[in-house]
Amino acid sequence: MVVCHLIRKQTYFDSVTLMLIGSQVKKLDGIENAVVGMCTDYNIDSLKRLNMYQPEFDGLTPNDLIICIMGKDKATAESGIAEVEKRLKSRKQASGASAELPPATQEEAARRLPEANVVLISVPGEYAAREAAQALNNGRHVMLFSDNVSIEEELELKTLGVSKELLVMGPDCGTAIINGTPLAFANAVRSGDIGLVAASGTGLQEVTSTIHRLGCGISQAIGVGGRDLSEKIGGRMTIMATRALAADPATRVIVMISKPPAEKVLKPLFAEFKNIGKPVVVYFIGADPKMIEEQGFVAARNLEDAAIQACRLSNKKQHNPEMADSEIKKLADKVKLPAASLRGLYSGGTLCDEAQRLLQPVIGEIFSNTPVKGCKEMPDVYKSSGHCIIDLGDDNFTRGKAHPMIDPDYRSERLVQEFADPSVGIICFDVVLGYGSHPDMAGEMVGAIERGRKKSGRNPVLAACICGTEEDPQGWQQQKARLAEAGVSVFPTNVAMVKFVQHCLERK
Amino acid sequence: MSKLVSFFGQKVKVINLGIPSFAEDLKKQGVEVMHTEWRPPAGGNKKIQALLAKVEAWQSKVKAGKGAR
Repeated sequence: MVVCHLIRKQTYFDSVTLMLIGSQVKKLDGIENAVVGMCTDYNIDSLKRLNMYQPEFDGLTPNDLIICIMGKDKATAESGIAEVEKRLKSRKQASGASAELPPATQEEAARRLPEANVVLISVPGEYAAREAAQALNNGRHVMLFSDNVSIEEELELKTLGVSKELLVMGPDCGTAIINGTPLAFANAVRSGDIGLVAASGTGLQEVTSTIHRLGCGISQAIGVGGRDLSEKIGGRMTIMATRALAADPATRVIVMISKPPAEKVLKPLFAEFKNIGKPVVVYFIGADPKMIEEQGFVAARNLEDAAIQACRLSNKKQHNPEMADSEIKKLADKVKLPAASLRGLYSGGTLCDEAQRLLQPVIGEIFSNTPVKGCKEMPDVYKSSGHCIIDLGDDNFTRGKAHPMIDPDYRSERLVQEFADPSVGIICFDVVLGYGSHPDMAGEMVGAIERGRKKSGRNPVLAACICGTEEDPQGWQQQKARLAEAGVSVFPTNVAMVKFVQHCLERK
Repeated sequence: MSKLVSFFGQKVKVINLGIPSFAEDLKKQGVEVMHTEWRPPAGGNKKIQALLAKVEAWQSKVKAGKGAR
């Protein structure tokens, strides 16, 4: 094996672009490994771990780009470098299509678009708070996609945001729909009178998409970041956002989705909800619904139910799940599992969580890398055993790699691995559509299914749920058709898919 | 809440710092967006960044003081 490298000083690209290109080039013939990244501490560690570190990397800064390829010979490694450069060039052309050079700082961008009212921040976490504070100080709302922002910084930013009546959506906030505009990972949904506040990205995507498919619409979908209802942050953004939705004439129903809040936050939050004067649907994931109903709010049982309840309150009509239980059972009755174990390969964290909560009481022992109460921690997250429901978007799998909603590589590899396990009888997975997501995740999964079947000669039962709408860039029906052709049973929601899995396992 | 509620009626216009595809998606939807070729400040030099942060904190204190007068 030969290692070749190229250094481009003072050339910056965002990590998602670089990770995706690195992962694509790694798949080329004769290429053993590829590290394409800025010279950060993390990338330096990776290069050392992979025995690819070169003395020339000493003294480089996070503003310097490293392309380092390990190939079967010098020519292959060099052709890998050329391929990376080609892809970076076309990336640069795509993002800087205008004749004018793009601004290099937020100040310059604000000079060119002074009427900008939202700053969408996805820079590395260590720099994100500084940019967010600057945006707030200049009167702009913030969507903070970046993670690795400390809780102390979050508290400072949210205190500043509340004092200026500006939204701080995040940190680690992947989804929002503001004034009809989907930001980052969000779906194309109809405008309407349901306003949502959520501390869960895929939870928000699942509920807004389901509301759309049920015929209703969204006024605002405000992500607040997973720690907003912690004791330290005290629900600052949730409270500000719900107050605004309460006063918003376009919002008639409010939906709240989150993990159960810290005890000290719960009381003031409920007091806040009581002052709203509009119906409130609450889904505190994993909490006892009675605790919510006793306070006079509508308690949702799961994400699908949150959408159904919100639609019922929005247009005063009875709404049912898109797929009736009898239909799901009928589908399950037609299949026979070749073996007893379940493998769930999720890209959406909240969907993975929901599957565990719904299945654990009925199928017993479940292992996960993100176990909920009653489930068990996987001893090795890279090797499944028994029933496993895995969140592939968790930190274990995304260090140095793009999220599985963008980069399907590891999930595809894992699917092939699960096919080969003779104890596996059923595999389920989610396909999350919308802006920001992979352009053809169903196609990628079908490719992996074909490889899995060919390599193992096995044919476990396959089930998928598609989170999204027909109006999404990928098209719901098109993605469904792609999966159905490959023999996958397709469901509109995670809940419907989980019910199918349950019936299949119970019949076994 | 009047300020935030009145924002709900406005068109969203975005400054994008970081992942370029977020800006591309917004452009495709006809949203006005200014993508920034962001890079770590001070050439990624941590010492100079710390000094810059001190200067910025001092500047915002001065600004706040002026605003109060």
